[in-house]
Amino acid sequence: MLKYLEGSHGVSQVVAMCRPNVISAYPITPQTHIVEDLARLVGEGKLDAEFINVESEFSAASVVLGASAAGARAYTTTTSQGLLLMNEVIYCIAGMRLPIVLTCANRAISAPLNIWNDQQDSMTVRDAGWIQLHAEDNQEAADLHMQAFRIAEQTFLPVMVCMDGFILTHAFEPVDIPEQKEVDAFLPPFKPQNIVDPRWPRGIGLYADPRFYMEVRYILHRALEKSEMVIKQVSEDFARTFGRQSGGLLKTYKIEDADLVIITMGSVAGTIKDLIDQLETEGKKVGLLQICSYRPFPRKEVYRVLKDKMNLLVIEKSISLGRGGILGSDVRWSFPRTEKKDRKISCFVSGLGGRNISINDLRSAVEMVEKEPVELEFLGLNPDIIAERDL
Amino acid sequence: MINVNSEDLNRVEKKDLFASGHRACGGCGQALAARLVADAAGENTIACVATGCLEIFSSPYPDPNWRIPFLHSLFENVSAVASGVDAAYKALKKGPVNIIAQGGDGSTADIGFQSISGMFERGHNVLQICYDNEAYMNTGVQRSSFTPFGAKTTTTPMGNTTRKKNLPIIAADHGIPYVATATVDDFRDLQRKVKTALLINGPKYLHILAPCPLGWGHTGDLTVAICRLAKATGLFPVFEIINGKVTNVQKIQEKKPVEEYLRLQGRYKHLFKKGVPVKAVAEIQEIANQNIERFNL
Ligand SMILES: Cc1ncc(C[n+]2csc(CCOP(=O)(O)OP(=O)(O)O)c2C)c(N)n1
Ligand code: SF4
Ligand SMILES: [Mg+2]
Repeated sequence: MLKYLEGSHGVSQVVAMCRPNVISAYPITPQTHIVEDLARLVGEGKLDAEFINVESEFSAASVVLGASAAGARAYTTTTSQGLLLMNEVIYCIAGMRLPIVLTCANRAISAPLNIWNDQQDSMTVRDAGWIQLHAEDNQEAADLHMQAFRIAEQTFLPVMVCMDGFILTHAFEPVDIPEQKEVDAFLPPFKPQNIVDPRWPRGIGLYADPRFYMEVRYILHRALEKSEMVIKQVSEDFARTFGRQSGGLLKTYKIEDADLVIITMGSVAGTIKDLIDQLETEGKKVGLLQICSYRPFPRKEVYRVLKDKMNLLVIEKSISLGRGGILGSDVRWSFPRTEKKDRKISCFVSGLGGRNISINDLRSAVEMVEKEPVELEFLGLNPDIIAERDL
Repeated sequence: MINVNSEDLNRVEKKDLFASGHRACGGCGQALAARLVADAAGENTIACVATGCLEIFSSPYPDPNWRIPFLHSLFENVSAVASGVDAAYKALKKGPVNIIAQGGDGSTADIGFQSISGMFERGHNVLQICYDNEAYMNTGVQRSSFTPFGAKTTTTPMGNTTRKKNLPIIAADHGIPYVATATVDDFRDLQRKVKTALLINGPKYLHILAPCPLGWGHTGDLTVAICRLAKATGLFPVFEIINGKVTNVQKIQEKKPVEEYLRLQGRYKHLFKKGVPVKAVAEIQEIANQNIERFNL
């Protein structure tokens, strides 16, 4: 049923319909409305789950780790400093192959303190062994959670659903919220495999010496690679069931005969599509490639759709300080070595700490790249502020 | 009220649920304690273990020596992990099951302190056990907040200058229903406390003095004797706190000077210059005397 609601509540309502057994989370802006709504649903008896109020994100992640290891469908949500605080547990959850779902309400990282949106937080844990799916809008954010539980429980990999903080979490939009029976049909009950249970005593979380550790990590890496197939299938099945395209590995817009392709993740795709439509009326052929599955990174798919595209422009909301664009590196890596040489990949670090990315900012990026490709640019920097500080 | 005198509670259990074949040093107090705990708790138990010596000597892939389910995640989160297991059992309407979160003094008193406080305060049905060997042994005998005054560790090479944190009292002040201390020489008492704790619904804390021959600098055959001296000197008071009231305090039969305890251990060797005690020994005696007075030992 179409409901006009806040992005956070679209997520909390769908998560509740996924019937998690254990929820544990610690409040942090802009994730708070998701936790509060789930606490309310449990409190009012509308959701039969244990809601564990913890003293930190570290414990929130540890509680869902323990719950999942004991056979529960477990859910948590955080962002920014909270995700950084969880970091050690995040790696552990993946290494232990626990199919936990986490919503990351993407937010910038201190210092300086900043509660607004960028994607540096989830980027910092991109190598942890989690599947990371990025939502474009509130409908997709809600839908991805249904898919996330299915993907996680099919692959025994944890899934992080990333949605831009405030821009999505606090935006009101119509969202099609499914019926409980539709969700139940799409998402079968969780069938855990290795759990702590006195009926079958076994060790979970044993340590591995140099004879075994590499193999465990290799298997985890392969599992992530193989999960591409599952992400795709689950998205296709979702489209068949609910009649709309959500998730999957990537999405394209007006890419077929484009001379320039913009590549991005998350909510800024909407503004970019508007720009593409504008530019089209001006006779310019620009297309969009949107990465939905950032991890696993769909290298082959990216190559398939970009094979003939020589001019690429990456808009990304994070940075590897001292190195440059991160998404840009992933895109560059998607091409075989022989095909890298003549390809121009311009990287724009954009929207850090909630800096608005306007359609005009994006237009200026396109115009800059049309003249000459750039290595790394920061979109919309204020030169006055820099002049004072940049020694 | 718990019936502390029943036959079941006082029986010494030997089930080999923490089987032989682990890799602890000879005479390791913690290995002995872990076996006593597992056998007292019985088959219907989930052992959550923090990083530390116990985890390392008992859980190498592919041959751990646990015969009950074992769960390890990290150094500082065992109480939260156990909270999650408890939440799962409640949510899935499974159980009842004994959930034991256990680790060394480092994981309990220092890095995991917040996680333990959270678990106590939320009221999970978890027994938290600290195997107190008074330092970070697994990483090579560094100081913890349970390292006693005067003891040498690799990070207090001149002897520790602070006193032990009093976790049993801090635990009890969370309002949890059961707190106890024990030592590994007294099997019956230790196992009775494990069984007593597991009869109670809610968070419980058991603090076990577990000598470490390697870190304390004594031979493995002295583990039991050292425990007895720790009690006889007053340095390690043994008691229970049931619903906030200190009870069942083990009285000292024949009081010993701390010197007898200290002289057995390499970590205190520097306190005796040419065999004569230095000033710090008097301060350690003072700590023992305060314990005796405070707990009426
Ligand atoms: C976050 C983190 N910091 C440090 C360590 C290294 N480390 C592993 S075990 C340990 C000490 C364990 O001490 P304790 O809890 O007293 O257990 P013991 O080995 O003495 O039985 C340390 C410092 C770690 N594993 N994780
Ligand atoms: S170092 Fe100490 S605690 Fe660790 S196994 Fe050896 S005796 Fe036991
Ligand atoms: Mg220790």
